[in-house]
Amino acid sequence: MTQIPPTQPPHTPPGRRPTADPGHPPARRGLVGLAVRIVLLAVVDALAVYGLLALAAQHKWAMFGALLVGTVAVNVIYAGKRHVPAKYLAPGVVLLLVYQVYVVFYTGFAAFTNYGDGHNSDKPDAVAAILAHSETRVPDSPVRPATVVARGDRVGLLVTLPDRGVRLGWAGHPLEPVADPVYDSAGRAIAAPGWHRLSYAQIASRQKEISELRVPASEDPNSGSLRTADGISAAAYRSTLDYDRGADTITDRGTGKVYRPTSDGVFAADDGTRLSPGWKVFVGLDNFETILTDRDIRGPFLGVLVWTFVFAGISVAVPFAIGLVLAAVLDGKRLRGHRIYRSLIMLPYAFPAFLAALVWQGLLNTDYGYVNVSLLDGAHIAWLTDPWLARLSVLAVNVWISFPYMFLICTGALQAIPAEVTEAARIDGAGRGQILRHVKLPLLLTAVTPMLIATFAFNFNNFNVIYMLTGGGPKDPDAPIEVGSTDLLISLVYKLAFGGSNRQYGMACAVSILIFVVVAAISVVGLRRSRAFEES
Amino acid sequence: MRPRLLLPAVLAAATLLATACGGGGGDKGDDKTAPPASAPAAGNGSLTVWADDARAKPLQDIAAAFTRDKGVKIKVVQKGLGEIRDDFVSQAPTGQGPDVVVGPHDWLGKLVHNGVLAPLELGDRAAAFSPVALEAMRYEGRTYGLPYAVDSIALLRNTDLAPQAPASFDELLATGRRLVEQGRAELPVAVPVDAKSGSPYHLYPLQTSFGCRVFGTKPDGAYDQAKLELDSPGCQRFGPWLRGLGKDGVLSTSLTADIATDAFLKGKTPFLLAGPWDAATFRAAHVPFAVDPVPSVDGSPARPFVGVQGFFVGAKSANPILAQDFVLNYLSTPQAQRALYDTGGRVPATTAVLEQVGNDPVVAGFARAAQAGLPTPNLPAMDSVWADWGLTQLAIIQGHGDPGELTSAMAGRIRAKIVAG
Repeated sequence: MTQIPPTQPPHTPPGRRPTADPGHPPARRGLVGLAVRIVLLAVVDALAVYGLLALAAQHKWAMFGALLVGTVAVNVIYAGKRHVPAKYLAPGVVLLLVYQVYVVFYTGFAAFTNYGDGHNSDKPDAVAAILAHSETRVPDSPVRPATVVARGDRVGLLVTLPDRGVRLGWAGHPLEPVADPVYDSAGRAIAAPGWHRLSYAQIASRQKEISELRVPASEDPNSGSLRTADGISAAAYRSTLDYDRGADTITDRGTGKVYRPTSDGVFAADDGTRLSPGWKVFVGLDNFETILTDRDIRGPFLGVLVWTFVFAGISVAVPFAIGLVLAAVLDGKRLRGHRIYRSLIMLPYAFPAFLAALVWQGLLNTDYGYVNVSLLDGAHIAWLTDPWLARLSVLAVNVWISFPYMFLICTGALQAIPAEVTEAARIDGAGRGQILRHVKLPLLLTAVTPMLIATFAFNFNNFNVIYMLTGGGPKDPDAPIEVGSTDLLISLVYKLAFGGSNRQYGMACAVSILIFVVVAAISVVGLRRSRAFEES
Repeated sequence: MRPRLLLPAVLAAATLLATACGGGGGDKGDDKTAPPASAPAAGNGSLTVWADDARAKPLQDIAAAFTRDKGVKIKVVQKGLGEIRDDFVSQAPTGQGPDVVVGPHDWLGKLVHNGVLAPLELGDRAAAFSPVALEAMRYEGRTYGLPYAVDSIALLRNTDLAPQAPASFDELLATGRRLVEQGRAELPVAVPVDAKSGSPYHLYPLQTSFGCRVFGTKPDGAYDQAKLELDSPGCQRFGPWLRGLGKDGVLSTSLTADIATDAFLKGKTPFLLAGPWDAATFRAAHVPFAVDPVPSVDGSPARPFVGVQGFFVGAKSANPILAQDFVLNYLSTPQAQRALYDTGGRVPATTAVLEQVGNDPVVAGFARAAQAGLPTPNLPAMDSVWADWGLTQLAIIQGHGDPGELTSAMAGRIRAKIVAG
């Protein structure tokens, strides 16, 4: 294909064909292709401008800059006729950055914070929540019908008291009687001289202002302030806490207790009492330190780490051994009905692993499961609730799920070995066993080692089987964190992040990073070793 | 080489934004799109409501009425019940969270503790709800939710096998055992127990009939997390009794909810402890059954946990007034509460609606069971309580140790966890 057709179908990516000769004149392209390119670029730019405006409105300048740079880059790449490799790479790079790099960096970032329950946002949010929670209804104060009214820029509340007439007030200006209010048919005041009622649409567009409006009920500060939550009724509230923005402290009006922000992201008083919620703060290596040194967590963590290695190792070795033996037996056409055997062996692989684990959970039930009731004649063996039997059960089920895959790749690898090689060995006088050991196995291992490493990595993080079969249980009642005998690191992470009691996203991210380090190290070593195979 | 390095760097910046704008997975609460043409006023903003599949449908209809009247667009996002609480906590701070969520009241502690809920002022509307529903929606003296349905465990009785409602749990066991001896049933009673996490919820009515509660209360009636009572004298009597049932094979740690329900539907057991969420399944089956409160074992009233479903408003909602208006003035009306009942079939929390539908024997039975109940504690500490509590029950039922010692050890562990926060 050295000839370029005069017109190209519109779906071919625009761009000059890279040639060895830089002086090569650019190819004439069809107008359709150009039009498509312009339209697509226009759509991208339109979306980008919308995004830029939205971000500018929210004052998110870091994001704004990022989008601006990205948009410029896309235009530079696709508008001109140069940067041909970039034209092909850009979409993939964007997806890689969004789905991989960003996630990895975010995980890395969160691992160094105390992100989790009670520390899920920033400090202003925490202060707002603390103050909102401290506002309490003034005892015996009724909820009164209220109308949101405005005069110029100022909003106020017009309150109709059943027995004491109509009052009006606004921020910093206590309620006072209104001379001649306007009533609606239901006898509720809707306007006062100089003040007009806000329509629902106007209320909707000024919601923040109206929900933050506090109208003193009277000159006496103890009578509280009126506020409206829904725009049609108001009640008097008193706040028990004050936030001093300058000193960055919160003071309890009643007791005079002063709460100061601490380094772990909460407001705490000198006597140790804390206000919730807290906020997210950077805690450095605290999470890693906790996992590796805190005696309560280190014990379970190391136990889980060892079990994870054992589980992943056995889940690779045993299915591989079974698969290899079966593949070797069924290799060649001498066995009658080998097709039927192959189909039968493939059956577990045809089941979704999720379903298989759930079905096994039912089969292994202590008193009602098929295994105990029918196969073992009514035995009551606690397959999934005894710590060691549960470990055996998850391994057995995982072997059952994964040996067909191993059988498949071993069969493939064996059939890929050229017949000439085995022929030559046979002429040299090698028996079947010798051929298998000295000729076929080395060749086969070269081919399947990457698969074995991948399977190890997969089983190292095999969340599904554990979660579906035992949920990581049986739980260890003495451990301070929720952990069970069959928990892998990944299900431990899940429990830390979304499990039992406290969501600890920062801690979970730290464990994830440790898992990554382990898996990466094993993969690197394993692949180096497999390269050594090839060279031998 | 330089351009090649430049490209990823440039696009990295673009990516950050893509994840910020589109990768969040939530819906923008401050969406300023115009309402549909049918709306009376132009663009009165919009609300996002998170609901699970059981509640999304009835909400759609009520939301349509609100849109018609006020010109506010309401987007009902259907999510798994298990995800709503955690996603709400993590997305609310970004401003991408929902304006309103639907869920059970025992989320309250955790949601308030994370500062994502706005208090609700029910005012005079409170009179419409049952006291237990109102109590459940209070946390640290403030109300945070508008109730609409109450759930609690009740006793389902196969009226063919057991025509008479048992007056006590002992009588129930005697009836059940007699039927097993006669060969008319396989199990005297089916009490669901989860083999992984025990059965604190289903066993609570039996446990409270020994005078054993999970937490003591403050003077205002709210639970006090400093007063864990799981090792009170009543609880120490409950342990050996539970062990006795385990020894006799009445309780089995392998009798999952599925197996228990199935046994009842096939007529293999005269009695089943169950909640109202499976009511539709029972109605569809061909077993004649009645619903009664769980009878007492030890003399004190058997008081099940009551779970109250309700609506909560997000603290960081971009539309605080609209959200409060929708919840307080729309969802609280008898019509809306009735519509929620008609599609969901849960026991209504509004006394007026309960009177309308009270002639349904199933609803009436579950309602009677809930009247005697106690709200499930909505303290954040509850999450640490369930796990140890259930594990200890499993150990007692299976006879892994002395019930008294197991009970005391459990209470010590839970107290330590509550103190540690």
